[in-house]
Amino acid sequence: MVKDKIAEKLFLLIALSAIISLLLITFFIFQQGIPLIFKAGASNFFSTQWAPTRGHFGILSMIIGSLMVTTGALLVGIPFGLACAIFLAEFSSSPLQKVLKPIIELLAGIPSVVYGFIGIVILVPFIREYFGGPGFSVLAASIILGIMILPTIVSISYDSIIAVPKTYREGSFALGATKWQTVRMLLFPAARSGIVAGIILGMGRAIGETMAVIMIAGNALKIPGSILDSVRTLTSTIALELGYASGDHRAALFACGSFLFLIIIILNIVAIKITGRK
Amino acid sequence: MDKPKIVIDDLSLYYNDCHALNDISMSVKENEILGVIGPSNSGKSSLLRALNRLYEIDRARISGLILLDGVDIMKISVNSLRQRVGLIFATPVVLPGTIYKNLSYGPRLHKRYTRQQMDEIVCRALKAANLWDEVKDRLKDSASTLSGGQQQRLCIARTIAMDPEVIMMDEPCSGLDPISTAKIETTMLELKENYTFILVTNNTKQAARVADRTAFFLSGELIEMDVTKKIFTSPRDSRTDAYIRGKFG
Amino acid sequence: MVWRIGPKTNQKIAFGVLLLMTVITVIVLFFIIIYVFKNGFGQLTWEFLTSKTHDMGKEGGIFPSILGTFLVTILAIIIATPLGVGSAVYLVEYARGGLLRRIVSFGADCLAGVPSIIFGLFGFIFFVIQLNLGWSILSGGLTLAVMIIPTIIRTTEEAIKAVPHVHREISYSLGGGKFDTITRVVLPSSLPGILTGVILGVGRAVGETAAVIFTAGSSLGIPTTVFSSTRTLAVHFYILAREGISMPKAYGTATVLIIIILAINFIAYRLMHRFMKRYY
Repeated sequence: MVKDKIAEKLFLLIALSAIISLLLITFFIFQQGIPLIFKAGASNFFSTQWAPTRGHFGILSMIIGSLMVTTGALLVGIPFGLACAIFLAEFSSSPLQKVLKPIIELLAGIPSVVYGFIGIVILVPFIREYFGGPGFSVLAASIILGIMILPTIVSISYDSIIAVPKTYREGSFALGATKWQTVRMLLFPAARSGIVAGIILGMGRAIGETMAVIMIAGNALKIPGSILDSVRTLTSTIALELGYASGDHRAALFACGSFLFLIIIILNIVAIKITGRK
Repeated sequence: MDKPKIVIDDLSLYYNDCHALNDISMSVKENEILGVIGPSNSGKSSLLRALNRLYEIDRARISGLILLDGVDIMKISVNSLRQRVGLIFATPVVLPGTIYKNLSYGPRLHKRYTRQQMDEIVCRALKAANLWDEVKDRLKDSASTLSGGQQQRLCIARTIAMDPEVIMMDEPCSGLDPISTAKIETTMLELKENYTFILVTNNTKQAARVADRTAFFLSGELIEMDVTKKIFTSPRDSRTDAYIRGKFG
Repeated sequence: MVWRIGPKTNQKIAFGVLLLMTVITVIVLFFIIIYVFKNGFGQLTWEFLTSKTHDMGKEGGIFPSILGTFLVTILAIIIATPLGVGSAVYLVEYARGGLLRRIVSFGADCLAGVPSIIFGLFGFIFFVIQLNLGWSILSGGLTLAVMIIPTIIRTTEEAIKAVPHVHREISYSLGGGKFDTITRVVLPSSLPGILTGVILGVGRAVGETAAVIFTAGSSLGIPTTVFSSTRTLAVHFYILAREGISMPKAYGTATVLIIIILAINFIAYRLMHRFMKRYY
């Protein structure tokens, strides 16, 4: 039918437009950033000296900064997130689940700047007072980021655990196992791929977080010696310097962006391999 | 009652390299109920899907000729073919929405109708399917509130609303209780004078009850086809005999 | 694990620990909202919501930001939704399981996870500078659109795939063409899922800071055209907080922002439930 032929071309056109726009960004970022990496050379790019207006493009201290903050966030987010998910899925009553889960998911929508703000107002002074250091620290960033990724981890882990068929549980109980044993030895391994996917998603969010980190991590350009030290991440650098960067400096920021992009792609590949999705 | 409605000549159906149907030649008479029996995977469903060209969405291919009222079905527009040759699936699947919407969906695809015209079509179709009395007060209810047997009759009504010439049923009573099955068989017999039926069934007794002629399929081939009484009392082929006696399938 | 204690006691301990951690989590999450609301609610006067901003934000209201946020978000949605939904329809209904579909799905997944600052980077150089659109609602809207298209593609794809294949077959059997089948059977069935994805995209756009501050700018005036620069609520809040301009105003802005986002997410849930009931 004529209608169908026109429709097919129309949808194809739309799809191509969307795909082109997405490809545009990808190529743009890499096209602006990769040449600089080659120009600077690997030893420059992966050194710790970041002074882009003077030809030093070392992003190592920022990579380490991102790494430390992300690891910290996972250390906070994973235990609490999983605990919450398991508790809600297996140890709480149905009405409680129906109320709490949507609420936790709603909380996932709170903007990162609000978390950063709470960090400035409450957490940073607290750390400064009781733990020393400037307060703006790896610790502060880890805690706030950890809280930020909690809803994601809870939500996806919960869905994964619930998705395990009832028959698994019934079989386990029939053998005399307690709920906790069932969770530990049966449900957890069965839901593992979904849970890991959720964690990887949370990790991606932590790595990519910008505004909250700028507000509370201190942004000092050195490799932190302890978790009470100030730190700067890759994302912070881009945000802090984009406003006034030009020429090679700007290209260097794109190089940082390219690096981040690559990390996300790798994380996604890992996630797919683990969950065995197609 | 003796005019051929559908003529099938040397029909073969392939999914990739697998033959679902092999050189089938037969005809379907107007206003008869043709029963098609045979074990699973004998090609019965494929036969139906060939007749309304539904196999095309499965990316299967055919060779051979199918004529509807003397016209090659590949030469008719596929949408108008499917309007004239309706198909009722084995599991009753209702479209999401109200009972009324399930019935108005098909006709509205092809023509515009006023509200009044649509109401008439819906009423007529439901009456023909023996479902009107049970749902006339709740046409605006969701179709999923009906029981299995009612849903299957809804599917029949949905097909009738299209005003087809041929109605094909693919194991329509497979999930239903005996009472619902009886209702559907009664409906078929009542509608026979206006439509031609092709009934694929796993239940040989059902074919014996309602079909005028019966065809026996095995592994994609048409083994034997004749007046139902003859098939069931003195079949020519030993395989037909074995199947009817329940020796396999 | 600790077999000496015995499985029943083990479970009691586990239960206690899990309960404790859940309570802490819930308390922390609620605390954040309640803290902001407590300090910000007092600011929510009619003045605050409808007057212009003065003195860099120290005085006056946040109306320009509310308007700006609204405009940028609407623009983003108007662009992103047709593109996202249309693409997903093509991928699922026409491109069916081929290599193209898998590549695009993967790409959309990746881009959905790319940090928003990267979109800000792209938008700044491409829209603001190279296309010479300047800091404007247009730049901001286009950037946000590009940011949420991948998410809309993925959620729409899932929603469309969830429509049972039989429904399509029924439509074809009744003589429906492909276009009719898509628009009258597949899309209506997948509408709840699609809408949820779009609304969540809206929520994300409203809370977005990094991508917007470099594309829509931070002007405090009332935006008049799509070329006007504007400061969205999230950006305004960020600037107030970081520069320490006015704590009370900051709390107030944050409160408005959170209320809007919670309302949007809440609507998404309700819509989803209502559609589920109507169709199933």
